[in-house]
Amino acid sequence: MPLLLIVLLPLLGSLMPLLGSNDKRTTCALLTALAPAIAFGILLTQAGSVLDGEVLRFSISWIPALSLDFALRLDGLSLLFALLILGIGLLIILYTRFYLSEDDSMPRFYAFLMLFMTAMLGIVMADNLILLWMFWELTSLTSFLLIGFWYTQTNARRGARASLTVTALGGLALLAGLLLIGDIVGSYDMQVVLDSREIIQYDPRYVPAVLLVLLGAFTKSAQFPFQFWLPQAMAAPTPVSAFLHSATMVKAGVFLLARMHPALAGTDIWLYLVGLTGLTTLIYGAYFAIIKYDIKAILAYSTVSHLGLITMLFGFDSRMAVVAGVFHILNHALFKASLFMVAGIVDHECGTRDIRKLKGLWRYMPVTTLLATIASASMAGVPLLNGFLSKEMMLTETLDTQLLGGLSWLIPALAVVGSLLSVAYSLRFVRNIFFDGPPREVAKTPHEPPWLMRAPVILMVSLCILIGLLPAITVTGLIYAAADAALMASPPELKLAIWHGFNLPLLMSAIALGGGVVVYLLRQHLFNFQRQFAGIDPLSVYEGFMQAIVKAFQWGLDALENGSLQRYMLWLVIAVLALAGSSLMEVSSLYGGKALQPLDGILIIGAGITIFAGLATACLHRRRLISILMLSIVGLMTSLIFARFSAPDLALTQLAVEVVTMILLMLALFFLPQRTPKESNGRRVVRDVLVCTGFGGIIASLNYAVLTRPVSSIADFFLENSVPGGGGHNVVNVILVDFRGFDTLGEITVLCIAGIGIYKLLNRLRLFMPSSDFEGRPWSPDRHPMILATVSQSLMPMALLVSVFIFLRGHNAPGGGFIAGLVTAVVLILLYITRGVEWTQQRLDFQFQPIAVVGVGIAALTGLGSWLFGYPFLTSSFGHFHIPLIGDVELATALFFDLGVYLTVIGATLMILANLGKITTPHRPTKQSTTQKEPS
Amino acid sequence: MEALYATITGVLAACGLFLALRGRTFPVVVGLTLLSYAVNLFLFSTGGLNTDAAPVIDGHGGQYTDPLPQALVLTAIVIGFAMTAFSVILAIRVRGELGSDDVHAGRANESRENKS
Repeated sequence: MPLLLIVLLPLLGSLMPLLGSNDKRTTCALLTALAPAIAFGILLTQAGSVLDGEVLRFSISWIPALSLDFALRLDGLSLLFALLILGIGLLIILYTRFYLSEDDSMPRFYAFLMLFMTAMLGIVMADNLILLWMFWELTSLTSFLLIGFWYTQTNARRGARASLTVTALGGLALLAGLLLIGDIVGSYDMQVVLDSREIIQYDPRYVPAVLLVLLGAFTKSAQFPFQFWLPQAMAAPTPVSAFLHSATMVKAGVFLLARMHPALAGTDIWLYLVGLTGLTTLIYGAYFAIIKYDIKAILAYSTVSHLGLITMLFGFDSRMAVVAGVFHILNHALFKASLFMVAGIVDHECGTRDIRKLKGLWRYMPVTTLLATIASASMAGVPLLNGFLSKEMMLTETLDTQLLGGLSWLIPALAVVGSLLSVAYSLRFVRNIFFDGPPREVAKTPHEPPWLMRAPVILMVSLCILIGLLPAITVTGLIYAAADAALMASPPELKLAIWHGFNLPLLMSAIALGGGVVVYLLRQHLFNFQRQFAGIDPLSVYEGFMQAIVKAFQWGLDALENGSLQRYMLWLVIAVLALAGSSLMEVSSLYGGKALQPLDGILIIGAGITIFAGLATACLHRRRLISILMLSIVGLMTSLIFARFSAPDLALTQLAVEVVTMILLMLALFFLPQRTPKESNGRRVVRDVLVCTGFGGIIASLNYAVLTRPVSSIADFFLENSVPGGGGHNVVNVILVDFRGFDTLGEITVLCIAGIGIYKLLNRLRLFMPSSDFEGRPWSPDRHPMILATVSQSLMPMALLVSVFIFLRGHNAPGGGFIAGLVTAVVLILLYITRGVEWTQQRLDFQFQPIAVVGVGIAALTGLGSWLFGYPFLTSSFGHFHIPLIGDVELATALFFDLGVYLTVIGATLMILANLGKITTPHRPTKQSTTQKEPS
Repeated sequence: MEALYATITGVLAACGLFLALRGRTFPVVVGLTLLSYAVNLFLFSTGGLNTDAAPVIDGHGGQYTDPLPQALVLTAIVIGFAMTAFSVILAIRVRGELGSDDVHAGRANESRENKS
């Protein structure tokens, strides 16, 4: 439970600053500090047992299916980091109170900071690999918010983006690596993983796993070649740099190295990769720290260098190296956080961070000068300070390593070079800012900051001295416990002392100190040397890379999404072809084994007509009238096909729909150009023909495969239950109005909505109406041909009678609401065609929208009616009734449902056709009244 | 016969797609209609191609074809008509508003607005 509180209290703390406001800055800071202070206290109460070697664990089951527990642990390593995170975090809260200006939103900053602190504590205390990764990504996200805190500045946004890109990409690699490890071990539990060294290292997946995990660690800890994001992140407010970029976030990478050390370390790949990456970063960072002008950039590169040093130590195959690495994590956090705070003070007081503009500040701020000098000396590894101790340990370890065989002497030599450069940039930092003659004119006259702003620095610098003078009393226990956890074994006895006698490491230290001074004095040559490389800069490489990615995707997007609807459709069809085609290729034979039925002459002729008409529809599409006539042949042939293969209902429906479709298309053609201009070039036609042929081929193959395979369907259920269960002999109709009545209800609703949508689309539409056909012939003056009118009018009662007959018999014989509705609609449309809209409207004085809506309503109410009798929605009932004169009649409630269908179909069809027809009538043009030609 | 039936569906689907890929609204509507015929025929055939086996129970026993695909296709025919009607009237409306029956008429208008 205490462990949970340690992690969750800062999370609670992220809400606290929101209680404060920007006006009451001290209150806001105090409120924020409350939660982490309590967490720090709890941590201290737990420290005793951890230092005694105990591992505290806490676990709540979270998603057991993913073996993801909310599991926390507190061992020596976690303790060291948690102390740093909470301790330095508290100091940062204090410092920030004075650092942020009136314009910055203090609650927002503190909320982000607390979120980050939670995430960081989560990383170091996670006892589950996936949990660790989640907190890891959370630090990437929160650091993005913190670096981009001054989001109005381009630099801040760019820095935040670079940092997020690099660390989040590394985080994804880490996830992959951790999943691999979890897969190898069979558990994501940290303790199990750490105990499974042999299993992991003998698994063939070890190499990819370790590479991925290291990618995550190296990106986070800004190791070469991913170091470029860290200097860029210096656009962040200085408290962020002091916290994230010295003590915590960048240390997450080296924490991971330490945490996974027991499970992953010791192999050749680990030794070379970790050791040499660290060494390279150590030298690289130190060199660039000397030549930068921005004081925060100097500190950033020095951080890169020190992180390289720690990484290198974790790479060495020696237990003492791990101890040294852990020790240096602590020391570096202390002196680097102090130096960042000093840089923030200097920036705050002088208004500049350019080291060329700063000079002799000791006159204005003697105390800060003293603090900066001590912290820098610690960074340089000057004796009597903590930095010296860990640097000596590091130098000793480099002497012992056999990493490069006969060339192993290179490592201590390069380590000395790194230390020497570190002395040089530390010296430059202090001397150029605070000494070096009288001060220059700067924007404002600097003075000492408020003492509370200095207090965190004083505290940390005191710790630097204390550890440097009395290492055995102050930190040995903590370091020992941390190293114990990182090694999962007792570390070698730790003898921290200032004086080890005259030995080789001491000589190396002396060389580094002396050489560093020399390099500092000769730095001008270094600047001149560097100038020739001005163009090359990892950041511009990164930016260029990002630009190239964006460009490549933009290019791909433009190529795919050029706005052409045809192309989108083509891509979809090609995707279908690829998917369906590849599946068809896996089928050994298209023929499924069912006995083929014989062909006869009528079938061949029918098929020939259908295929011919289909091809003609496509080929003659530019002559639209002929095209739709051909289409109607296809429709009629389809109807015949249905009739031929035992589907009388479908045949009737298709026939009726064919009539209304043709009327619709003819009407539509009146308002559209009669011919399609020739637009497609030959290449496009060839492309389309090829794709369409492929599409047709796939469809035909699929259809053939389906037809020749025996099917077992649920047909028998419907056939058996139609009469006893639904009271109807026409199974298709019983399915529509009874078994699957709910589907039908949905479908007629869609039909009704489509009709209403069309009604709205036609509302207030003003269209140009041609006065002649496309060849210039005027329309016939005989609008309502006498013969047609007479015949249709005499047919009308007959047709209506037929439709009622079809409707009533639908339950037992082919027919039903759909077909009857269509027949009735066709009859009424015929009236419109022969007599004109005005004549018809005078006699049919009602709107069609209500009919459709009432139809849907009747169908729905029929369904609801069954509730009255305690049956589920749409249960039907039927019985036999004896009606005088007519005789014995079987009636089912499904008839009411079918009535709803019938009315909906009539309403919707007439809404579509009658409304479209209506817009032709009000001022139908003649050849005389219009002179303008149709624009085409 | 199965092969012939499959050929009909394939040809109708290919012709329908070809028309749907044209650049003017009217052929697209015609193409969609043709495509829906092909789809209906395909769907219908999944119940098997049976002769003289209409699923109307006559009490004499005998073979009946699968009624379920028929019920599905029946509603599909009616809905297909509604869809055809909707798209063709959309085309008319577009022509009325934008003065063109090009499928990209809206886009051309948009880019004109952006330029001005």
